[in-house]
Amino acid sequence: MLGPLAVLSLFIGAVPVSLGGFLHDPEGQQLLLVSRIPRTLAAILAGAALAVSGQIMQILARNRFVEPMTAGAGQSAAMGILIAAMLFPATAIWAKMSIAALTTLAGSLGLLLILRPLPPTLPLLVPLVALIYGGLIDGLVTFIAFQADMLQYVGTWMTGELSGVLAGRYELLWLAGGAAAACWIIADRLTVMSLGEDAARGLGLNTKLVTGAGLVAVSITTAMVVVTLGAIPFVGLIVPNIVARRMGDNLRRAIPVTALSGAVLVLGTDILGRVLRAPYEIPVSTLVGLLGAAVFLYLLYREPARAA
Amino acid sequence: MIRVDQVSHQIGGAPILHDISLEIPKGGITALIGPNGAGKSTLLSLMARLQVLRQGEIHIDDMQIGKVSDRVLARHLAIMAQSTHVSARLRVEELVAFGRYPWHRGRPGPEDHALVEAAIARFGLGPMRARFLDEISGGQRQRAFVAMAFAQDTDYLLLDEPLNNLDIAGARSLMRLLRQMADEDGKTVVIVLHDINYAARFADRIVALHEGRVAAQGPAAEVVTDALLRDVFGTDAEVSVIDGQPVVLV
Ligand SMILES: Nc1ncnc2c1ncn2[C@@H]1O[C@H](COP(=O)(O)OP(=O)(O)O)[C@@H](O)[C@H]1O
Ligand SMILES: [Mg+2]
Repeated sequence: MLGPLAVLSLFIGAVPVSLGGFLHDPEGQQLLLVSRIPRTLAAILAGAALAVSGQIMQILARNRFVEPMTAGAGQSAAMGILIAAMLFPATAIWAKMSIAALTTLAGSLGLLLILRPLPPTLPLLVPLVALIYGGLIDGLVTFIAFQADMLQYVGTWMTGELSGVLAGRYELLWLAGGAAAACWIIADRLTVMSLGEDAARGLGLNTKLVTGAGLVAVSITTAMVVVTLGAIPFVGLIVPNIVARRMGDNLRRAIPVTALSGAVLVLGTDILGRVLRAPYEIPVSTLVGLLGAAVFLYLLYREPARAA
Repeated sequence: MIRVDQVSHQIGGAPILHDISLEIPKGGITALIGPNGAGKSTLLSLMARLQVLRQGEIHIDDMQIGKVSDRVLARHLAIMAQSTHVSARLRVEELVAFGRYPWHRGRPGPEDHALVEAAIARFGLGPMRARFLDEISGGQRQRAFVAMAFAQDTDYLLLDEPLNNLDIAGARSLMRLLRQMADEDGKTVVIVLHDINYAARFADRIVALHEGRVAAQGPAAEVVTDALLRDVFGTDAEVSVIDGQPVVLV
């Protein structure tokens, strides 16, 4: 499914191009190399990485309904970008990205700390607290941005979309993809983690190390996506939930499926966003948000008793 | 041998265990009994380094808890905690297979697969091996967790109330399996039981805890008495001896 979608993605956009155009017309080739291929790759990388990061976050938080983008990590990334822009206005992208990655790490660590004391018997409390936490950081970002007269600047990072993706401006997403791939390498450890802290330590797992590695992977993914495209919510929520329902949580097997499904979801909605109101575009985050909110509610109502 | 030397423990300033010294010999089944809140789970989790030991020493053979690494200990001692709440959706066979994790750390070999198969067969999990943990009964899940601890293939097996959720047939068959593991495989089983009759019937030794202290220890015939029920459990239930074995008449 990803293959045909990717091919489709190459042909859809404000400027129509045919296969012949890509092959023979220098302008068409230019468009393909500078815009269409990067955009397609960006959607695939971001989708895969976001879905996997959601899956990891759900293990670390021991709850199916948290998702980094809405639970503080995404907002912390925006905070990082804002701080970078205010303190070092002229710095290069890599400085912005590093600061964003660090604030995201701090933000996700904070989330785990406030979630820890919550009783496992009240699983719905976790997403609730996570959303409030995300909302708080969001409010803080908005407040600071307002004071500094940078609301518009921050706004561009709040809604993720791919229309601005060009060669040379999306490559950070390879880092996000790399982080997701690294999670697959430590998939067994992460699955052992999901047995619970005690059982995991009983099996000789260094739970602190694995938690740390997972947090770093989640933070890198979230920060890179926000810096490059903006926040894209819900991918990390709905994809892992659907994959878990169908094939379970043995991550060695599940992560590749999660990554693939996430890529299909983001690429698919991006194509849809390009087609629906062409020549205008609907941001990916808006479409995924609509879809995600519906699926989220469905999931909540479908299995309240086994929500944890 | 598990040696507990002058172990005391507090949680949030409240004293939980007072100066416990105890020797659990190698081999056989030792049952930990005592009323709710006596400190059985706390003592077991200290032995399994799941809580930090602050006062006193615990040795498992020549390994000292707190000094030996989690990785090494995981090959000598398996623990099944009281609440086995697992949020992950795993299949029965996947769960049992993770018992081998301390040995292969992610790359299972033929021997690991063989031991997992043996555990699945021994605990009668074959018919439900491909089912998810949230799609089987509480008793079956409990058995899957014990099977996982068994697959870990350690000399010591620590189990906290594994009979929870089990009906009488399930409870007896699990205790028989543990008996077999002790008798035929030479495992040392330490098990928290809340039903004194199961302890008296299946364990070689009983250790009774009361308010964080060892109230009595020894073979069932010596430990399970009217006095124990009165002083430790605070009930006037009586003990009768049937076939040379103490039985609490509830
Ligand atoms: N996390 C905790 N915080 C505070 N008190 C605790 C905690 N865990 C156990 N306790 C207390 O320690 C005592 C012993 O608990 P536990 O070892 O679980 O007893 P048992 O397993 O014998 O029922 C109880 O009084 C219990 O209230
Ligand atoms: Mg207990």
